[in-house]
Amino acid sequence: MAADVAGEEQEGVRVRVSVDREICVGAAQCVLTAPEFFDQDDEGIVTLLDSRAPGGKAALVEDAARLCPSRAITVVREPAAG
Amino acid sequence: MTDTTIAGTQEQQRPDFPVERTCPYRLPEGYGALRSQGPVSEVKLYDGRPMWAVTGHEEARAILSDPRLSSSRTHENLTFPVPIPALGALDEARPVRSPLIATDAPDHTARRRLFTPQFTVRRMATLRDGIQAIVDERLDRIVEQGPPANLLSDYALPIPSMVICQLLGVPYEDHEFFEEETRRRFDPVNGDSMIHLYDYMDRLVERKTNEPGTTPEGLLDDLLASQVKDGTLDRPGLVMFAQELLIGGHDTTANMISLGTLMLLQHPEQLAEFTADDSLMAGTIEELLRSLSIVASLSRVATEDIEIAGRTIRAGDGILISPMAANHDEAVFAEPDAFDIHRSNHQHIAFGYGRHQCIGQNLARLEMEIALRSLFARIPTLRLAVPDEDVPIRQGMLSGVLALPVEW
Repeated sequence: MAADVAGEEQEGVRVRVSVDREICVGAAQCVLTAPEFFDQDDEGIVTLLDSRAPGGKAALVEDAARLCPSRAITVVREPAAG
Repeated sequence: MTDTTIAGTQEQQRPDFPVERTCPYRLPEGYGALRSQGPVSEVKLYDGRPMWAVTGHEEARAILSDPRLSSSRTHENLTFPVPIPALGALDEARPVRSPLIATDAPDHTARRRLFTPQFTVRRMATLRDGIQAIVDERLDRIVEQGPPANLLSDYALPIPSMVICQLLGVPYEDHEFFEEETRRRFDPVNGDSMIHLYDYMDRLVERKTNEPGTTPEGLLDDLLASQVKDGTLDRPGLVMFAQELLIGGHDTTANMISLGTLMLLQHPEQLAEFTADDSLMAGTIEELLRSLSIVASLSRVATEDIEIAGRTIRAGDGILISPMAANHDEAVFAEPDAFDIHRSNHQHIAFGYGRHQCIGQNLARLEMEIALRSLFARIPTLRLAVPDEDVPIRQGMLSGVLALPVEW
């Protein structure tokens, strides 16, 4: 099941990223696309980094999600709370 | 079943698939014609069997992710032509268990996990110096011999062969044998090379097991010390995996290096930008992968009925996916026939998609990067020694060149 969740502010839009380590095949395209958000453990499986980078990264993580061959990355845009 | 499978449908005009290419990077007319029937259409395989063809980008990704598809070769209706004639010879010589490419979940999932630690981004980074040394040595020889050269035989073919030697941990004294046998693998009248290589790797694994430390350390040693030791992988499985790496990572990478060189020579403005600005490297490689799409087709068999793009694929039907067509889908890539290293959309499926996406893709990218950068840095005046149209293009399961005559 989804193992990690991180949040990201972007001009009033929060981007919620989650990864499913069970279906990851270790292609690492996420790591190459958005290294602030994604890393690989020693087994080659995705780990989600708890990034506190400033906003403007939504498109990048969405790119990573589309590139993922096993669709292990979910990115949801939500309006910021409040 | 036969009433409703594609084989039972009314005989109609079905185009041949894959479509022959006249240009290595522009979408052949035939795919446009196929697409006019929709992103999923009916075609005819080389042996006359009816198949489904997937030519749309979105549909290709959907199909390749669909759990109702099998990659197994043992289905009665399995479609894809054996890509290497010599594979048939090996099949006859001994039972073949292809660890990854022809396996389905859940076996595939567990097996792939045995090998993914060998192909992490960090692991690939440790190979960089070794690959650079191989490339530099080849360039030394080419420059020393002087023009003209055949970049296919002198550069593009030996580099991935040597990289695999290094990756696996093949002793230096065996490199020439290895290179020679891998070069001979595609000889259509002689299927012995595959058997020679299988036997060689079997003996190498034996030597690494019984005489540790007498051969260079590599992936074979790592797997012997881990998965083979704890029983999750047996020795034939290890040798077959090494074989699979060879099949998946030699010709493919050689074709990308040679065709990539040709593409850059044919687009001198972009070549100039590429050589002046290394930050363009990643985009250049992705665009080469997309526009060349060297794999002619990917094959699957439906295990259940599948509704897609208004068509109904029946259980048992064969499906062929065209990376070339998908990577030239104008709904996804603006002006798809244009070669543009500045494209920001890298969503191609040149390495496939889904659970079977090429396990060696990051190694391939690294080899391409080093081979192309070093070639143009060492020989900035490189040019074709024959007119463009005289470079012999190779057709088949993989597109490539038969020779790449250059001078400087």
